[in-house]
Amino acid sequence: MTVRVSEADFDIAAECRRLVEADRDVGAVVTFTGTVRETTARGKLRAMTLEHYPGMTERELERVEAEAAKRWPVQASLIVHRIGELKPGDNIVLVVVASAHRHAAFEAASFIMDYLKTDAPFWKKETLVDGSGAWVDARESDTQARDRWRT
Amino acid sequence: MTVRVVYFAWVRERIGRSDETIEFPADVKTVADAIRWLSTRGPEYEAAFARPDVVRAAVDQTHVPHDTSITGARELALFPPVTGG
Repeated sequence: MTVRVSEADFDIAAECRRLVEADRDVGAVVTFTGTVRETTARGKLRAMTLEHYPGMTERELERVEAEAAKRWPVQASLIVHRIGELKPGDNIVLVVVASAHRHAAFEAASFIMDYLKTDAPFWKKETLVDGSGAWVDARESDTQARDRWRT
Repeated sequence: MTVRVVYFAWVRERIGRSDETIEFPADVKTVADAIRWLSTRGPEYEAAFARPDVVRAAVDQTHVPHDTSITGARELALFPPVTGG
């Protein structure tokens, strides 16, 4: 289980390969990649700046990974979240979950993303092509997505 | 009680600083008390905490509700709801 917060981009294929090579009993690898959308509710995006809470971010991501591993037979997992200034089309977040079978990998990856959205201390600020800037509002639908795992 | 207070996103921008060390008076016992007390420090704090219900908090890097005690806390973080991923 690994978490990484970095300005650098990630290589999805290389990350997947690393997880499988470390454990040859992996039979399913699920990846989720979040990317920067160009069209926002306010207009066309020029850049997205991601701020985070160093220390707490890593703790929260590790906690979510550990919780997923308690619920499903996860053999390996990785969360990479980028910070700093990103452009439309850039990668923001990568979640990789490896398991023996697909169901556990799909579910665990979905669980990790839902909790990451509501619990990991990241904040997005959008700068539009006209130069105006605004912080992204949190979505109630993200809280609902997380809470469905609590039943 | 001395606590390092850290701010993020628009809370940080409105206050105009990312962190400070605050000596809270003895009657400030909870996160809600701390927010109330901080909002009296000037117009920038008042603007940041105009809607305290929107502000989220972490004590020593763990999410907490506003009725949580800050007694013994080393670090109090105040920030908007998170928007990562």
